Amino acid sequence: MKNKIGRIFADGYLGLILALMYLPIFLIIVFSFSGSSRFSFADGFTFNSYKAIFTSGAQSANLLSALKYTLILAVSASVISTVLGTFATIGIYYLGRKVKKITLTVNQLPMINSEVVMAVSLMVFFAAFSFIFPQGMTRLIISHVAFCTPYVVLSILPRLQQMDPNMYEAALDLGSSPLAAIFKVVIPFLTPGIVSGFAMAFTLSLDDFIITQFNKGDTGIETLSTYIYEDARVKSLEPFWFAVFSIFFVVILTLLLLINIRKNKKEAAK
Amino acid sequence: MRKVKFRFSRKAFAYPYMIFLLLFVVVPLVIVLINAFLGDDGKLTFDNFIEFFSDASGGLTVLGNSLIIGLVTTLICLVIGYPVAYFLAKYHASSKIFVLLFILPMWVNFLIRTLSTKAIFMALDIKLGMGTIMFGMVYNYLPYMILPLHTTLVSIDHSYIEAAEDLGADRFTVLWKTVLPLSLSGIVSGVTMTFIPAISTFAISEILSSSKIFLFGDSINMYFSKATNSLGVGSVMSFVMLIIVIIANVLMSLTEKKEEVKSAL
Repeated sequence: MKNKIGRIFADGYLGLILALMYLPIFLIIVFSFSGSSRFSFADGFTFNSYKAIFTSGAQSANLLSALKYTLILAVSASVISTVLGTFATIGIYYLGRKVKKITLTVNQLPMINSEVVMAVSLMVFFAAFSFIFPQGMTRLIISHVAFCTPYVVLSILPRLQQMDPNMYEAALDLGSSPLAAIFKVVIPFLTPGIVSGFAMAFTLSLDDFIITQFNKGDTGIETLSTYIYEDARVKSLEPFWFAVFSIFFVVILTLLLLINIRKNKKEAAK
Repeated sequence: MRKVKFRFSRKAFAYPYMIFLLLFVVVPLVIVLINAFLGDDGKLTFDNFIEFFSDASGGLTVLGNSLIIGLVTTLICLVIGYPVAYFLAKYHASSKIFVLLFILPMWVNFLIRTLSTKAIFMALDIKLGMGTIMFGMVYNYLPYMILPLHTTLVSIDHSYIEAAEDLGADRFTVLWKTVLPLSLSGIVSGVTMTFIPAISTFAISEILSSSKIFLFGDSINMYFSKATNSLGVGSVMSFVMLIIVIIANVLMSLTEKKEEVKSAL
């Protein structure tokens, strides 16, 4: 009996916190159909906010361009950091103990460091060497690779540690060249780690605001998050943004939920 | 002879990334640290530090404000988040999706979430200020507290709790003397994951106070912006921030070491 009360209390508490966490998201989605930003259905149920996404002139064009840059940046940063990180992990695994420890510690720096400090340090660095690193995408891609690759390395390393070292040796004994052994034996074995590292890098790059904001320069490049910051920060939130945010919420939340449900099912099947 | 050559070639795969890390992680940080000690004339000086620590109305107040807001945010997140993680581990350990629901909001861009809360505050006619900042910070960082706490709490060996119960401890004593100490490493990493971004956050306080209250992150941004262009003081602030980060991480690795020793016994 006592246990049952405890359980009811626990579930009540969890429900309350969950409700609070999702309330703002829920309200934005509901009132994205009101066509106004006053949180009331005075004008009835309408899709006007969603229509505004395509019919707001400069705002629509800017949003589209921000979406384009966000995707270009996320794809290039995640591909580069996955390739760089995959080979780095294989190399790091065979480094001497001391050098390995130092490399892994430096690798952790971008993860533990405050984002603002990292963003500022890259900004100052690029400014000092501006003749090598022109403003614009080059800087953004480099800085995104810098904060994404550590996560790639750390998602591949455990997998590499699980690998039977004899697999590589066996490939060599069977006449494979070292390079072929890496590509045909080691990398296929690492694939699950590489895929989750890539997904991590892609999400992190998509989601980033601070590092992009500091390093975008004044070439007019905006990503979704910097554009949202520029446009929606000062004014009150327009109906246009209600619709955009709602799409974000629904897409991200269902996507992550589906991925995880599938993953759980797979694990259960095993 | 053959083997030595292969060892070398595999190691070499790490070299491009090591050069990358050196160039784009280590060197930039070193440049910022050096900047903290450089005056406008490019000479070695402590002026930036003096300017930062003597200007009570500027940098130091911001540091104080940030530390207080960061501490309170972290504390509230811990007080709200610990029961969440505890109940999840106790009653819903098998339901991964339920646990996931508490972590998911973390993946929606924080600007979107913060601007949404601001819109709601404004619709409710709630005055933007310290209170709304605190709400926004807790709302934003709660998942970062719940995640590490939950990971540690789930992994606690249940026989410890049974042993305590068998030895006559009541539920509160079990919680206080067994579960809490065993989850220390989760608490420390949750606190670090909340505190570091909370004190250096950029934009949350600005948005939720209509630019009235600035925190450390906003302030670093301001010092480095073109309008102010006070690289030295901004670098000092980055330097201070870096020291806080290092202290937090040393603390974190210390508690982890302790746990390792304990589990080895």
